[in-house]
Amino acid sequence: MQHSDPEITIVGGGLVGLSVALGLLSAGRRVRVLDGADGDARASQGNFGLIWGQGKGWNFAPYANWTMDALAAWPVFARQLKELSGIDVALDQSGGYEFFTDSAEMAGFAAQLEQQAAHLNDRASFEILTGDDLRSQLGGIGPEVVGASFSPRDGHVNPLRFLRALRCSVHALGGCVTMGATVSTITPQPDGGFLLTLANGQSLGAEIVVLCAGLGSTALARGLGFETQVRPQRGELLITEKLGDRLPFLSSTIRQVDEGGIQIGGTKAETGMDDSESLDVMAGLARHAVTVFPALEGVRVVRAWGALRVMSPDGYPVYAKSAAHPGAFLVTCHSGVTLAPLHASVLAEWILNTSPTPDMEAFDERRFALSHAA
Amino acid sequence: MSVASRFRTLPDTGDCVQFYLDDLPVTAPAGVTLAAALLAHSGDWTRQTAQGAPRTAFCMMGICFDCLVEVDGTPNTQACMTPVREGMVVRRQLGLRSLNGGEHD
Amino acid sequence: MTDVDLIVIGAGPAGMSAAAVAARSGLRVLMLDEQPQAGGQIYRNVAQNQGRRSWLGTAYAQGAGLVEALEHPNIELLSGATVWKVDKGPRVTWSRGGASQTSSAAHVLLATGAQERPVPFPGWTLPGVMPAGAAQILMKTAGMLPQNAVLAGSGPLLYLVAAQMIDAGCAPQALVETQTTRGLLGAMRHLPRAMFGAATLLKGLGLIAKIRRAGVPRYTAASDFRATAERNGDIRFSFRVAAEARSLNCGLLLTHQGVVPGTHITRAAGIAHSWNKDQGAYQPECDRWGATNQPGLHIAGDGAGIGGAEAAAAAGELTALNILRQLGKCDADARDQRAASPRAALFRARAIRPFLDAAYAPPAEFHAPADDTIVCRCEEVSAGAVRQAIGEGPHGHRQIKTSLRCGMGPCQGRMCDATLRGLLSAEAKGNHPITPPRARSPIKPIALGEMAALSLIKEDPA
Repeated sequence: MQHSDPEITIVGGGLVGLSVALGLLSAGRRVRVLDGADGDARASQGNFGLIWGQGKGWNFAPYANWTMDALAAWPVFARQLKELSGIDVALDQSGGYEFFTDSAEMAGFAAQLEQQAAHLNDRASFEILTGDDLRSQLGGIGPEVVGASFSPRDGHVNPLRFLRALRCSVHALGGCVTMGATVSTITPQPDGGFLLTLANGQSLGAEIVVLCAGLGSTALARGLGFETQVRPQRGELLITEKLGDRLPFLSSTIRQVDEGGIQIGGTKAETGMDDSESLDVMAGLARHAVTVFPALEGVRVVRAWGALRVMSPDGYPVYAKSAAHPGAFLVTCHSGVTLAPLHASVLAEWILNTSPTPDMEAFDERRFALSHAA
Repeated sequence: MSVASRFRTLPDTGDCVQFYLDDLPVTAPAGVTLAAALLAHSGDWTRQTAQGAPRTAFCMMGICFDCLVEVDGTPNTQACMTPVREGMVVRRQLGLRSLNGGEHD
Repeated sequence: MTDVDLIVIGAGPAGMSAAAVAARSGLRVLMLDEQPQAGGQIYRNVAQNQGRRSWLGTAYAQGAGLVEALEHPNIELLSGATVWKVDKGPRVTWSRGGASQTSSAAHVLLATGAQERPVPFPGWTLPGVMPAGAAQILMKTAGMLPQNAVLAGSGPLLYLVAAQMIDAGCAPQALVETQTTRGLLGAMRHLPRAMFGAATLLKGLGLIAKIRRAGVPRYTAASDFRATAERNGDIRFSFRVAAEARSLNCGLLLTHQGVVPGTHITRAAGIAHSWNKDQGAYQPECDRWGATNQPGLHIAGDGAGIGGAEAAAAAGELTALNILRQLGKCDADARDQRAASPRAALFRARAIRPFLDAAYAPPAEFHAPADDTIVCRCEEVSAGAVRQAIGEGPHGHRQIKTSLRCGMGPCQGRMCDATLRGLLSAEAKGNHPITPPRARSPIKPIALGEMAALSLIKEDPA
């Protein structure tokens, strides 16, 4: 399948880059995705697969609404992926819990949920459950759990099948995904457009460049006139042997993959680019799991790993158009799973400027400059 | 288990133990691994995979995880790393383990 | 024991000789071994077999000396201890009897040895198909003799197991060998060097002569392995010899294509690895004393590259001498002086390796097997599925693993990494360098309750 010069080049073949590619291809554009090396920091291969709204954007209304739009768009999006790729991403949006072992922490989170609900008008719905309520609803919850919040809109997918489904869907729409194509430099051309050089010495031209390279974006973004600097934040995870029966709940820290394994995670650490797994955190995650659901005690961990979240300065997505170099876009966020349906639709319209997209301005990187000035 | 053992066990003068495989008593020499005892007893499968394929002990050194059986209520136990003991209750596994041990259905 | 000078992981020839040398020079040594008795796989159960099972041979019986040398007041041997994490420090975490604990020492020796190279072909997952080395473990530990067995593949171990079976009165039905005359001729250029290990060569020729005398039929240059199950549980083994289709019915099909370093623990410990193209395997990088790029972590024995038991024992001794120097127990001159004898032994033991590696190199069909072969035994992923996923763009271990879950089961890739690399290498046609797959802890599965009990800081991860 040879393409005559794709007009749009997307740098980064993770969840974000492939979602954006899918949207642009659906809009009839010719798209090429350049993906890096096998060993790159790949948040898309180390994440938790949540499609999650609870608490998101409690102090930033545009993000609260953007997330809620994404949750609503997932069922159609999952069907679209299935049609294009033949892969079922195991979408399950039957609700999720946040468990607490500390009452003060729970009260703090409940207050955040109130604020989030205020941003969302009638679109939010959540419950706060005491420990006893929770235990009567869900057998097997440990005695140290003081309570939980529950949102019926939260859910999850199988994140690895989702990544593969996106890649295959992009192929199905005629997109070209080149893997092992690390981009070294992007140079704006005097007459418009960009020249990309790859680590293997190859060079490629592009009319439009969309940077979706996660932690690899920062170095390339500077030369295109962007200011945003993303930073790595390590999360550690455990995965257990597979179980034939189903865990009776989904939570933000304990979930069962559709294939049967229990994934446990949710830690945050500032450790630079070090993505190793650490004994203390592994033990802490295991303790959390058996505290919440003691029956997990005898289930074996088969693998632990660290993965690096892609964090903007305020933690919210950045969708920016370069003022200095029209045709260059920056797309970065740490919720590449949850927001994917919008990245594959609304964001394409924003890049192509084909329809008014009211709230996108709020996600521009100028907000960092404003907060510095203030 | 109708398949005859694929091994001939040399006579040994040492002690024997009796364990239970799917509720039936089996005798084995003391000091051998459970995997050895199972292979000496029968040439048949000792677990079925999630897709229903028959498997039995394979590497005998603890790295392939094909010898997984339920031992005294603990599923996914490596038979090749477990010494056989008097009175041990062993069950073959069909498909994935369940949360509380045993098979999920 | 909390404060030791050296932690040795693995009680095979390398670990045992290192522990003995270190202990005799005054170091306090903690030895962790996963099996119930010291000896490693090569000398498995050797102390218990003294005076019986003489058909296992004299080379095997000699291992008893190494086990006896562990009887030293400075050595604490913990059998049944499974190491599941090795951290910088170095710090070692292991599980024993359902509880885990952690120990630190200035030096840690990873002497965890080799595993048999997986030999994938259609039907290799059936009960009745087994690695030849696994059958040998049953012979050593339980006096169990393979009945009505066919030995298939190539390499010295195949001949050794056949000879042991003959001596035990249970000769194999046939040997189906994959090595070719052309391969043997190609290996001849390594013969002059191999003469330094003439004793090993002669031993090998003796094994082959024994097999011939016993009248065991031998097929060579065999290819296209395939196994199916008969109604009575027997294995129907089909293969080709010189374009002619053959098949044999047997109770056991014992396969072998040599051994490779078990690198899961060394990769998870952050040690650099490189591809050894002569041995067709990844191996950790270390200097001539076994020191690695991770401070305090050393490697000796087959885990550092295949050399056999005698090479492993010599390498263990060399590593121990270097650790003694690093701890100030001797100076460099004394170390080098004491090293002369084990270094000569190492040279002799390794001399034959290039010949063996070339003569018994695994054929392409086991690197990149037929589409209907299960590659990942845990997750039941076929070679055809791997080829399809590679066709979607991925060109590295990690991308294939995440596409298919290949290597994500309890064995964590020990049974499929080599095949995955073979398929990637065959499909990529050299367009992308293939980097070693990442290994993570726990090195063996550990129950959540056991891991939780180790919790050092009480911290809610939410």
